Amino acid sequence: MTETVETDRRVLSHLQRLEAESIHIIREAVAESERPVMLYSVGKDSGTMLHLARKAFAPSPPPFPLLHVDTTWKFQAMYEFRDRMAKESGMELRVWQNPECVRLGINPFDHGSQLHTDMWKTEGLKQALDHYGFDCAFGGARRDEEKSRAKERIFSIRSAQHRWDPKQQRPELWNLYNVRRSPGETMRVFPISNWTELDVWLYIHRENIPMVPLYLAAPRPVVERDGALLMVDDERFPLAPGEEPEMRSVRFRTLGCYPLTGAVESKASTLSEVIQETLLTTTSERQGRVIDHDQSGSMEKKKQEGYF
Amino acid sequence: MCAHARDDLLERDIEAYLDAHEQKSLLRFITCGSVDDGKSTLIGRLLYESKLVFEDHLAALESDSKRVGTQGGDLDFALLLDGLEAEREQGITIDVAYRFFSTERRKFIVADTPGHEQYTRNMVTGASTADLAVILIDARKGVLTQTKRHSYLVSLLGIRHVVLAVNKLDLVHYSRQVFEAIEADYRAFAEQIGINDIVCIPMSALKGDNILHASPNTPWYHGPALVPHLETVHVDDDLSAGPFRMPVQWVNRPNLDFRGFSGSIVGGTVAVGDRIRVLPSGQTSNVARIVNGGDDRDDAVAGESVTITLTDEIDVSRGDVLAAADDPPAVADQFEAHVIWMHEQQLLPGRPYLLKIGTRLVGGAISAPKYRINVNTLEHSAAKTLELNEIGVCNVNFDRLIPFDPYVENRDMGSFIVVDRLTNATVGAGLLHFALRRSQNVHWQTIDVDIDAHVRLKGHQPCVVWFTGLSGSGKSTIGNLVEKRLHAEGVHTTMLDGDNVRHGLNKDLGFTDVDRVENIRRVAEVAKLMTDAGLVVLVTFISPFRAERRMARDLVPDGRFCEVFIDTPLAVAEDRDPKGLYRKARRGELSNFTGIDSPYEAPENPEILIDTTAVTPEVAAEQIVDELRAMGILP
Repeated sequence: MTETVETDRRVLSHLQRLEAESIHIIREAVAESERPVMLYSVGKDSGTMLHLARKAFAPSPPPFPLLHVDTTWKFQAMYEFRDRMAKESGMELRVWQNPECVRLGINPFDHGSQLHTDMWKTEGLKQALDHYGFDCAFGGARRDEEKSRAKERIFSIRSAQHRWDPKQQRPELWNLYNVRRSPGETMRVFPISNWTELDVWLYIHRENIPMVPLYLAAPRPVVERDGALLMVDDERFPLAPGEEPEMRSVRFRTLGCYPLTGAVESKASTLSEVIQETLLTTTSERQGRVIDHDQSGSMEKKKQEGYF
Repeated sequence: MCAHARDDLLERDIEAYLDAHEQKSLLRFITCGSVDDGKSTLIGRLLYESKLVFEDHLAALESDSKRVGTQGGDLDFALLLDGLEAEREQGITIDVAYRFFSTERRKFIVADTPGHEQYTRNMVTGASTADLAVILIDARKGVLTQTKRHSYLVSLLGIRHVVLAVNKLDLVHYSRQVFEAIEADYRAFAEQIGINDIVCIPMSALKGDNILHASPNTPWYHGPALVPHLETVHVDDDLSAGPFRMPVQWVNRPNLDFRGFSGSIVGGTVAVGDRIRVLPSGQTSNVARIVNGGDDRDDAVAGESVTITLTDEIDVSRGDVLAAADDPPAVADQFEAHVIWMHEQQLLPGRPYLLKIGTRLVGGAISAPKYRINVNTLEHSAAKTLELNEIGVCNVNFDRLIPFDPYVENRDMGSFIVVDRLTNATVGAGLLHFALRRSQNVHWQTIDVDIDAHVRLKGHQPCVVWFTGLSGSGKSTIGNLVEKRLHAEGVHTTMLDGDNVRHGLNKDLGFTDVDRVENIRRVAEVAKLMTDAGLVVLVTFISPFRAERRMARDLVPDGRFCEVFIDTPLAVAEDRDPKGLYRKARRGELSNFTGIDSPYEAPENPEILIDTTAVTPEVAAEQIVDELRAMGILP
C-alpha cells in the first residue's frame, strides 16, 4: 500500500471540504428563495454558520437578516454578544419573543422546562416565520447531535403548518438540491449537517471565530441543584431557603436558557484548553439539555411538530 | 473512554494536536449490504472503535442491547444506528443515514443505505456523493444477487474504489479457502462491470477482526485492515485532474467596482490570469481575482467554493459555467442518459418535467426508455416507462442549451435530477452519456414565408383554441359551432378532434397514462405547426393532465393559446353518454376511462370556463368567439 498523500497541496483538508460544502448550500438556498433568514441562537454552531455565511457572500454582507427567537431567559452575556455580532456582520437582527409567553410570564421555574421550551421556542419560531413571511430559514443543527437527525435532509421542506413529514423527504443526490416549494410551504436548511462537534471546535480554532465568553471557564455565581450547577445570572433566579450562590470556576458546553443549562467545573480559560477538555470528556454534548431526555425519540416528535 | 482519549498528544500538547487534526483529509464512503450481512454492526463498531460513543450513549446502548438486542445481551452495535421510530420498531433502516467518525488521519462520512431490492433509490442517493464503497458479503453465503446489484450501482454512479468486506469470517472458522474463493468469484464479476480498484478484506465486524489491526485469526492475510486502508486510500486525484469547471451559483455585486461570480469548483484548478470561457455563450475573458471569504488567493482547486472576478465586463448569470478557455465543455440540448426513477408515480415519457443540472433549473422531457436494465442480472429489456427503482437508458431533451461533460468524466457536469412540475417532488435522476448528434447537426431551417407573411395574407392572427373536459362534456359539439362561426367570418380554421386523430396519427397509442401524455404531445406539436401556417386551430381532446396542457401552451407564443374548459359534472356527462362509453367503463369493459378509473385534472386558470349545465352550446360558442376577438386574434 502506498503512503498517504496528505502532503500534496491539492488535497483539501476535511475542514476546507466541509466549509466549501456549507458555502455551496447557503448560496444555493439564497439564490432560490424569496425571503431567506438565518436562525441565530448565539451558540457556537450558530456562530460557525454565521461565519460561513459571511465567507459565502464576501465582500458583500450576507443578503438576509438574522432571527433570534428569544425566550427572555438567555444569559446576559448572550444578549450582549448577539448585538455585537449583528453589528459586526452588517446584518439586520430581528428578535422575536412569543407575545403569548410575555403576557403569561412563561418561565422554567413555574412552568417546567417542557412547556417553557414548547411555547417560547417551538411556537415562537413558527410565529416569527409566519409574521415576517420568511420562506427559507437556516438552522445550525448537525446530524451527529441526535440519532433522528442523521436521516434528515439538508434541505427540509415544511408544510404551511410547519410540519415535517419524514416519509416525504426528497432524495439529495450529488450537490443538486431541489428547492422547489408550493405556495405556503417553507424550507429549513441545515448548512452544517455534516459537521461533528469536533469539526466545529477545530474550525472555530482555525478561523478564530468569536465566541460568547461563557464557553470559557471563569469564576461565576452558581448553585447546585439535583446534581446540576446552575448560574444565578440575574435576580429572577428564585433561591431556595438556605441556598447561597457561590463563586466557582465554571464554563458551559452548550448555551440555552440559563435556568436550564448546567455548567461544568473547569479551569479551561482558552479555546484550546476547552477543546482539550471537551475531547477528554466522557459525556455527549446534548446531555446537558433537558429536552432530549423526556422520552425515547422525543426529538423526532418535536421536529414533526415544527421544532427546529 | 471518550473521543481520542488514547491520544497522548491531546494531553501533552494541545496546539500541536489541533494543528495536526486541522490538516486531516476527508473520505466519504458508502456501505452496501443488508442487516443480515452485519452492516449496521460494522458501522456501529467503527463508531465505537474510534471512541465516538460517549458514556451516556454507551449506557443507552447497554440497556437497549439487553432489551431488544440480537446478540444475547452482548453489545449490539447495530442499535447505535437506527433513527426514525417507525424504522426502529421494524428493526430495519429504510433510508439513507449519514454517520461520522474520525481517526488521527482522516474524517469519514458514511452513507448508510439498506440492501433491500426495492431501495435502489436510496443506494443511488448515498452513492452519488461517495468516493469509495464498502460492499459487505456474508462469508457463509458468498457473492449473491444483491452483491452484484450493489456493485453495478456503485459502478454506474462512478465510484472507482471498492472494498469487498468478507464478513462473519468467524462463522466459517476463519477459513482461507472460503475467503479466497469469494474473492476470485467477485473479481471475475467486477471485471465485467469495469470495477478495477478492489481491496478484499476478511473480517468479523462482530468480533473486531481486521477492523483496526491485522487479526491473529487470519495470519494468512497480508493486506491492510479496514480502517488503515480507509485512512490511506487515494481518492482526491480524480477531482482536480480534469479541466477547470465552475457552475455559477450567485453573482456578487456589492458595488460598482466589484462584480464576482460565486460557485463551487467541480473540476480542475484555476489561477489568476487564466483564460476562461463562459458557457453556453462562449465569451472569453481572464481571471482577475479569486476571492475566498475576505481573502484574495492566487489559485483554487476542485472542491473549493470561491468567487471569481474577470478582466472584462461580460454577461454572466446564475446557471452559466466558467471553464478553461482551451478545454471547454460541449454544449447541447439533447442527450442519451441513464435515468434512475425514484418515485411511485412512474416516468411519463414526453411529459414536461423540470431538470436541474449544475446550478441551472430548466424545462425538459424524457423519452420512453430505449431499454430497461435489470439491476440483478444486468440484462436489457424493452420498456415503455420506468417505475420506482427502475433504471433505463433514455433520450433527454432540455428546452435550452446546456454546457455538460459526460458523467464518467465529471460527475457534477454530467448529472441531473428530475423534478415534477406540480408536486415539486424529486422523481428521478440521470447521468448524461453524450449529446445526440441529431441535436448538434439538425439546425433550424430559415423560412422566408414567415408567420407575419401568413398573417398579412389571412387578415387574422393564428391561435390554438384548446378545448378540455370529460368525455361527453360537449367539446366537439361546441367546437363545431365555433368553427362554423369563424368560417363564416372568413377565418382560416382547422379542427383536431381527439377521436379522429386516434384513428390516424395516434392509432398506435392506448389509454395508459404514458400513452395519454404522448397523445397530447403529438397533437400539441401538430397544432403548433398549423399555427405557423397562420391557422386558428381548434383542438378538442379530453387532455386530462395539467402538465401536458401546460406543455401545449408553452409551445406557442404568449397570447396565442386559448384554453376552454368545458365544465360538465361527471354525473351529467355520464347521463348523456352519447357514445355509450361510460356504460361500458362502468361494466368494466373499458379501463383507464377518464372520470371513472383515470383522473381528470381541471384547469386552474382557463381563458374561458363554459358551464354546460347553465348555457346552451350556441351561447357558449358566442362567448368563445367574443374572447378570441378580445384577445386580438380576430380583427
